[in-house]
Amino acid sequence: MSAYVRRAWMVVWKDILTERRSKESLNALVFFSLLLLFVFQFALGPERARVEAALPGLLWLGFILSGLLAFGRTFLIERENDCWEGLVLTPGDKSAIYLGKLAGNVLVMIVVEVVLLALFAVFFAIDFTPFLPGLAAVLALGTLGFAAVGTLFGAVTAQMRARELLFPVLLLPAVVPVLLSSVSATQTVLAGEPLAEAAAWLKLLAAADLVYLVVGVLTFEFVLEG
Amino acid sequence: MAARALGWLAVLALIAGLGAAFGYAPREAVQGNVQRIMYLHVPAVLTAYLAFALVFVGSVGYLLTRRAGWDRLALAAAEPGVLFTGITIASGSIWGKPTWGTWWTWDARLTSTAVLFLVYVGYLLLRGMVDDPDRRARAAAVVGILGAANMPIVHFSVKWWRALHQPSTILGPEPSPIAAPIAATLLINWIAFTLLFAYLLAERMEIARLEDTHAG
Repeated sequence: MSAYVRRAWMVVWKDILTERRSKESLNALVFFSLLLLFVFQFALGPERARVEAALPGLLWLGFILSGLLAFGRTFLIERENDCWEGLVLTPGDKSAIYLGKLAGNVLVMIVVEVVLLALFAVFFAIDFTPFLPGLAAVLALGTLGFAAVGTLFGAVTAQMRARELLFPVLLLPAVVPVLLSSVSATQTVLAGEPLAEAAAWLKLLAAADLVYLVVGVLTFEFVLEG
Repeated sequence: MAARALGWLAVLALIAGLGAAFGYAPREAVQGNVQRIMYLHVPAVLTAYLAFALVFVGSVGYLLTRRAGWDRLALAAAEPGVLFTGITIASGSIWGKPTWGTWWTWDARLTSTAVLFLVYVGYLLLRGMVDDPDRRARAAAVVGILGAANMPIVHFSVKWWRALHQPSTILGPEPSPIAAPIAATLLINWIAFTLLFAYLLAERMEIARLEDTHAG
């Protein structure tokens, strides 16, 4: 078991190192989040009530768009310098690689989400502090499910032509339950209601997370063959 | 040829179904003749569910055995599955316009069927993007498995989402209020569509087999 966790951690650490040296993804993603804010502002206009009503949807729209960019790149770095073959030749259970990549994607998404929340708080003058515990729970569950499918499909499409097109086309319908329940649960939280009010949605989210994780772990080995 | 016999059987059943839908089934009291779209709409969606279940079976079968036959089953089921889902959505839209007054509404059933459609259109797109048969089969199988595993979740999520607006009628908890001739007509058409699907499946699998042998 510990060898398995170690293998997964090695993948995460390797990706963190690569990112720290190249600083490719995060810089662009944070800048992209800032740009999204402008788009939202142009779309909704200055009226405060409209921003507040649309806020749960806007937040998730921001996470989804950033996630599409981030997850699509997960396995692209493995295409260079025969890294993909290195992954295939790694001894032991290949699903550890999936979980490592998934953990890395969740990390990236957490950074993006924190940045986007901060930007919303500043530019739209919204105080998130009373909602933070509930929001954190919803974001954790939603991000896990979204990233679980995103990581798997990122690996599936990594070696394909037209993958930039194919990846979102496959991912978006597959994660409809996650998006739907995350937005609904976020709505409950931002309305100031207790988290228990969104129990049905959270259960659905947890069930979806579980299904996606199990499918990802069981099928990843076949994807990795390339 | 077994497939040819199946084809003729499907043709006969479809003629019988058409005859029953227009000759035997009574005119619905409230909606009038428009309601007869149901004999196309309901069998189409039931057949689509069957098709996507077979995509799942073929996908799992392929990953476990690596036999090309399982992949051909998944492909041969997915194409008519998308076709029948399309028929379901189109016929439902045509039915919805005179009865609900709109082509489309974001009701639970409609939304989940649309998502189903999109998932498997994506599946077919993916199949078109890879040339190597084994790579294509493996990638498609992963998407096919996740798509099928996702379906119950999609179904319940959208059901809850619009639960207050559109309660389920036919598959609701109460015993079905459908009159016997209507139920019988539905059954005939359902059998006809299943036969048609079985014929398409058999022929498509045969075509895929020929493609494989000549390409390889």
